Amino acid sequence: MTDFLQFVFAGSALGARYALVALGFVVIYRATGVINFAQGGLVALGAYIAYHFTDRIGAPFVIAVLAAVAACAIVGVLIQRVVLARMVGQPAFAVIMITIGLLFVIEQLIPTLWGYNSHNLGDPWGIKTVDLAGLTLAERDLWTLAIAAMALGGFFAFFRLSRYGLAMRAVAIDQEAALAQGISVGAVVAVSWAISGMVAALAGVTLSTGATAVSPTISFIALAAFPAMILGGLDSPGGAVIGGLLIGITQTLTAGYQPEHAAWLGDNFHVVMPYVVMIVILMVRPYGLFGVPEVDRA
Amino acid sequence: MTALLDVSDVTLRFGGVTALDGVSFTTDTGELLAVIGPNGAGKTSVFNCISGVYVPQAGTITLEGASLLGSRRRSADLGVARTFQNLGLFPTLTVTENLLLGRHRHMRAGFLAGAAWFGRSRDEERRHRESISELLQLLRLDEYRDAHVAMLPYGIQKRVELGRALAMEPRLLLLDEPVAGMNAGETEAMASYIGAVRTARPDLAVVLVEHDMPFVMGLADRVVALDFGTPIATGTPAEIQRDERVIAAYLGTAA
Repeated sequence: MTDFLQFVFAGSALGARYALVALGFVVIYRATGVINFAQGGLVALGAYIAYHFTDRIGAPFVIAVLAAVAACAIVGVLIQRVVLARMVGQPAFAVIMITIGLLFVIEQLIPTLWGYNSHNLGDPWGIKTVDLAGLTLAERDLWTLAIAAMALGGFFAFFRLSRYGLAMRAVAIDQEAALAQGISVGAVVAVSWAISGMVAALAGVTLSTGATAVSPTISFIALAAFPAMILGGLDSPGGAVIGGLLIGITQTLTAGYQPEHAAWLGDNFHVVMPYVVMIVILMVRPYGLFGVPEVDRA
Repeated sequence: MTALLDVSDVTLRFGGVTALDGVSFTTDTGELLAVIGPNGAGKTSVFNCISGVYVPQAGTITLEGASLLGSRRRSADLGVARTFQNLGLFPTLTVTENLLLGRHRHMRAGFLAGAAWFGRSRDEERRHRESISELLQLLRLDEYRDAHVAMLPYGIQKRVELGRALAMEPRLLLLDEPVAGMNAGETEAMASYIGAVRTARPDLAVVLVEHDMPFVMGLADRVVALDFGTPIATGTPAEIQRDERVIAAYLGTAA
C-alpha cells in the first residue's frame, strides 16, 4: 500500500509536468487550429534559460524561473509574429510542417549555445525527500505539484473570469462572430502563444530538477504530454490537466509494478505506456475524454 | 445633412458572377431601412460588404464619412453591429457571456489589470454587467441569463443575438433575416422587440434583410428592392408594394 501511494504521488507530480506541456498545446490549438510541434522545443528552452541564470549568471533560483517564464513567453510571441502570422489562411499542413521545422531548429540551437552535456539546474530541492505519514516524498515533486497548481489555477481564473479569457473562448468557438464583436483575433493568438511559452518554461524547469538534470532530451520527454493532450481532448484545457495526470500516474505505476509482475514486457515498457493509454481511449472516444466532436455548420 | 450610412455604387463580383451591380442607398439616424429581394438577389452580400467581410470591386461605403470597406474589426469599432442569418452566437457560452462579448470593444482596462481582475477592471466589469442587465430586461431574457445558449429554443437564441448586437451600443444595426424559420407568433414577438429597441434607442439606424413581407412592411420606414444584384426600386412600404418591377421580380413575368 505504501508503495502504491508513493507511486501515485510521484505519478501525479510527473502528470502535473505533462499537464503544463499539454496545456501549452491546447491553448494554441484552440486559438489557431494548429498543433504546435515546437512546444517541446519551448519546454527545453525554458529549462536551459533557467539553468543559464542559476549557473552562468548566479541568480537565485526563483529569479531564474521567472526569467525563463518571461523569455519563453517572448519567444512564443516572436515565433507567432515573425513566422506564423504570415501563414494565416494557409493550409494547416504547411503550418504544422513549419512548427516541426522550428522544433528541429530549437533542438539544434540548444547544444550550440549550452553544449551537449547535461547540467545541474541548480534548484534548491535536489534529491532531498520529506517523510509524511509514512511516505517518503521527493521535495522536487511536492514543489512541482505546488507550482503546477498555482500556474493552472492562475490560468483557469484568467480563462474563466477575465474579459481576455472570454475573448479567447469566443475565438475558439467562432472566429467570424468574434471578429464581428470587434475582438482582435491577432491579439488573442499572440496572448495564446505567450501563455503557451509560460507553461512550457514551467514544464521545462520542473522536468529537469533534481537528478534528472538539464539535457537536450527534455524535448523528447515532453512528447509524452502529446498523448495527454490528445486523450484529454485537443480543445479542452481541463482535459489537458486530467489527461496529464492520468498519463503520469499510469506511467509511474507501470514503471513500479511491470518489471515484477509482467517482466516479459521487457525493460522500460513504462515509456510507451502513455501511447498505449492514448490508443485505447481514442478507440472508445475518438474526440478524447473532454473534446467536442466537430459539428459541420452549413 | 449627409446620411449616417452611405452605400454608393457598390459592385461585387465572385469570379464571373456579379453579386451586386451598382447598389446605392443611404440610411439616416433613427431610420429602419429594409432590403428585400428574391433569393440570390444579393441581400446578404450587401450586409457582408457593410460589415467588412467582402471587399467590393467598386463603390464606397461610409459611416459618417469613415470608410467601412474591408475590415470586420474596424466596422465593429466604428459602431456597426450585426446579427447573422444562421445565428453567430457562441453556443457553449452563457447568455450573459455572449452579451459581455458584445461589450468587448467598450472595455478599456488594460491587459494586466484585466488578467488580475482588480481595480479599474472590476469597476468597469460591474458597469458592463449593469448595462447588460438593462438589455436583458428590455428583451425579456432575464430568466435565461445563466443558461447556455445552445440549450435555448431558436426564437430565444435569435433574441440573444439581437441583445449581443445591442450590447455593442452600435450606431448602425444590421439584422440578417431576424425572423427566418420562425412561426407567426414568434415573428410577431420579434417585431415587437425590434419596436421596443427603437423606442429605447431613438438614434439607432437599422438595416434589415428579410423575406417575410408582412413583417418588413409593418416595420420599415423605407424599403430598397434588389433583383439579381441591381436595385430596382426604393420607397416607402406602400410605394414598394405598388411597384410593378418589384411585383414582377417576386411573381415572375410572362416572358
